[in-house]
Amino acid sequence: MKSASLRVLAAVIAGAVLLASCSKSGGGGAASDSISIGEFASLTGKEAAFGQSSHKGTQLAIDELIAGGGLLGKKIEFVYEDNRSTPGESATIAKKLITRDKVVAILGEVASGRSLEAAPIAQASKVPMISPSSTNPKVTETGDYIFRVCFTDPFQGRLLAQFAKTTLKAQKVAIISDVAAPYSVGLAQFFREPFLAGGGQIVSEQKYTGGDKDFKAQLTAIKSTNPEAIMIPGYYTEAGLIVAQARQLGITVPMFGGDGWEAPELLQIAGPAALEGTYYSTHFSSENTDPLVQKFVAAYKAKYNGETPDAMAALGYDSAMLLADAIKRAGSTEGPKLRDALAATKDFPGATGATTLDAHRDASKSAVIITVKDGKFKYVETIAP
Amino acid sequence: MTELLQQVINGLALGAIYALIALGYTMVYGVLRFINFAHSDIFMVGAFSGYYLARFAPEASVAGGVFVLLGAMAICALLGVIIEKLAYRPLRGRSTLTALITAIGVSLLLQNLGQRIFGANPKSFPTLFPLHYFKFENGLVIASTQILVFVVTLVLLFALRHIVLKTRIGTAMRALSFNPVAASLVGINNDRVISFTFALGSALAAAGGILYASNYPSIDPLMGTLPGLKAFVAAVLGGIGNIAGAAVGGLVLGLVETAVVGLGGSTYRDAVAFAVLILILLLRPNGILGKRQSEKV
Repeated sequence: MKSASLRVLAAVIAGAVLLASCSKSGGGGAASDSISIGEFASLTGKEAAFGQSSHKGTQLAIDELIAGGGLLGKKIEFVYEDNRSTPGESATIAKKLITRDKVVAILGEVASGRSLEAAPIAQASKVPMISPSSTNPKVTETGDYIFRVCFTDPFQGRLLAQFAKTTLKAQKVAIISDVAAPYSVGLAQFFREPFLAGGGQIVSEQKYTGGDKDFKAQLTAIKSTNPEAIMIPGYYTEAGLIVAQARQLGITVPMFGGDGWEAPELLQIAGPAALEGTYYSTHFSSENTDPLVQKFVAAYKAKYNGETPDAMAALGYDSAMLLADAIKRAGSTEGPKLRDALAATKDFPGATGATTLDAHRDASKSAVIITVKDGKFKYVETIAP
Repeated sequence: MTELLQQVINGLALGAIYALIALGYTMVYGVLRFINFAHSDIFMVGAFSGYYLARFAPEASVAGGVFVLLGAMAICALLGVIIEKLAYRPLRGRSTLTALITAIGVSLLLQNLGQRIFGANPKSFPTLFPLHYFKFENGLVIASTQILVFVVTLVLLFALRHIVLKTRIGTAMRALSFNPVAASLVGINNDRVISFTFALGSALAAAGGILYASNYPSIDPLMGTLPGLKAFVAAVLGGIGNIAGAAVGGLVLGLVETAVVGLGGSTYRDAVAFAVLILILLLRPNGILGKRQSEKV
């Protein structure tokens, strides 16, 4: 009996070793002749529009790098995984990318909540992680191996507060935020503080949980407090439904949110009529005439059948390009050296403007305000940091 | 005052949808003493059928809307019959637990097939019926889709009552529910009656899916889970197996949820809905309209 179970155990171990050795051919760290770059993204599910855009931008950057002859004289291998926009997947994916695929760095993801799941794994393994567009400050606070190429929510909240006051001339604002998303909770908080400090008044604060479909009860409560504007710091799936249902209830005041709105799906879900008079802040406008931006827009359109890139695509592109730049400067793909090179990034010319990583490993850069007019996204203004 | 009235309307509109889904649950349970957990996924298939059928119908017209509604109901009726034939019929006569677990299996199968076939990304649902907002002097707003839900729920409720109480097949369904063996002894074809029950229940789920998607126009393959669970709570709340009870349960649940959110407890919305289920099971296990039953020995 005992020897039988031992034999089974031995067979299982042998099988596992065999599997582990077959599963990855290009691995083996410094000795290999290729560099693996990992990415995790919300390719399907609730925030798929973000994940897809970001991934397409990253893919474009990787393709350009491969066409340019790789990095440090080595080939580039690109491994990407889908976390289906659900919690609980990203940490597993990060582990797999690091231990099995032996990636030198991880790129991902848009949603702050899911970047926060993967970040501790990357930090513990000393593998640099670059988030293209997670704006919640906690993401890079995880540790000194976590970077981002976008601005943060304190900045975005501050600029939205300023926008509400100066452009919308709103003194009384209502907020409806997603309690299940750190991004939404954070952005609401970073809006509230400067807005109140500037003499504004928050007349109603309502909450929902990501995945909800019915917001009429919250909106009816908001309507009775007569706000002059409504802030919706959520993602496009719910923001679209909220805007549509608010208009149904006869709420005509302007509504605004952050970069979580940035998806063409917003137009389909809310309908163009409901979105008239709504605004959001984001990282990038394809209408920008900067030659670097236009070069990226042209390359993106050429690769993806004329599709116009959005902010997530531009940031996805920048995250990969910034990593490549750091690898070149470091002359190595070892974690600590690469980390130091990333931390020293200064005025890196990207599709979303010049990127400098500060002491908190966050990018400081300007934001743009977009509105919806006649069923199309329209550029309003650029706000410097 | 306006706010309160508006919240009542919001709650009733939400409740009417729960009621519509609960009708299908309760009817299958009433006849077969079996909770069809795949019901919420047939609801999802109904919404997706509507999404694809809408391409062949004029947008925002009554005729187009009715065509899509009936088409989706027909597709789901067929799906219900197929599921019953393949998954539940081979297990008939086994323990109820076996059937219950199978239903959960079918539910997962439909969810994952849905993600494979329709894609996992949310799709925006087209406007099927003409959309109009009735605005009153005091600021009250009622959407035509909300009224539509009421009307369709009422019509289907009475149609169902008529079928169950007044028609031959309805008599057969009730006979089967009393005693399947005796029913087959007096010449009722049990298989056919059960197929019909599933067809009817699935058609109701499809109608629920279409109306839900018309009110909340973002659909995905996992959309059925939560409304399905809520409708199940509604069915139990009203007294499972009782058709009028499902309607009452749905409306009560819709009102309770809206009240919770309106009072500022939006994060407890689902918790309260399921707390209601636990309370009902403790205090009135047969539901609001359920009859006290003695176990037959």
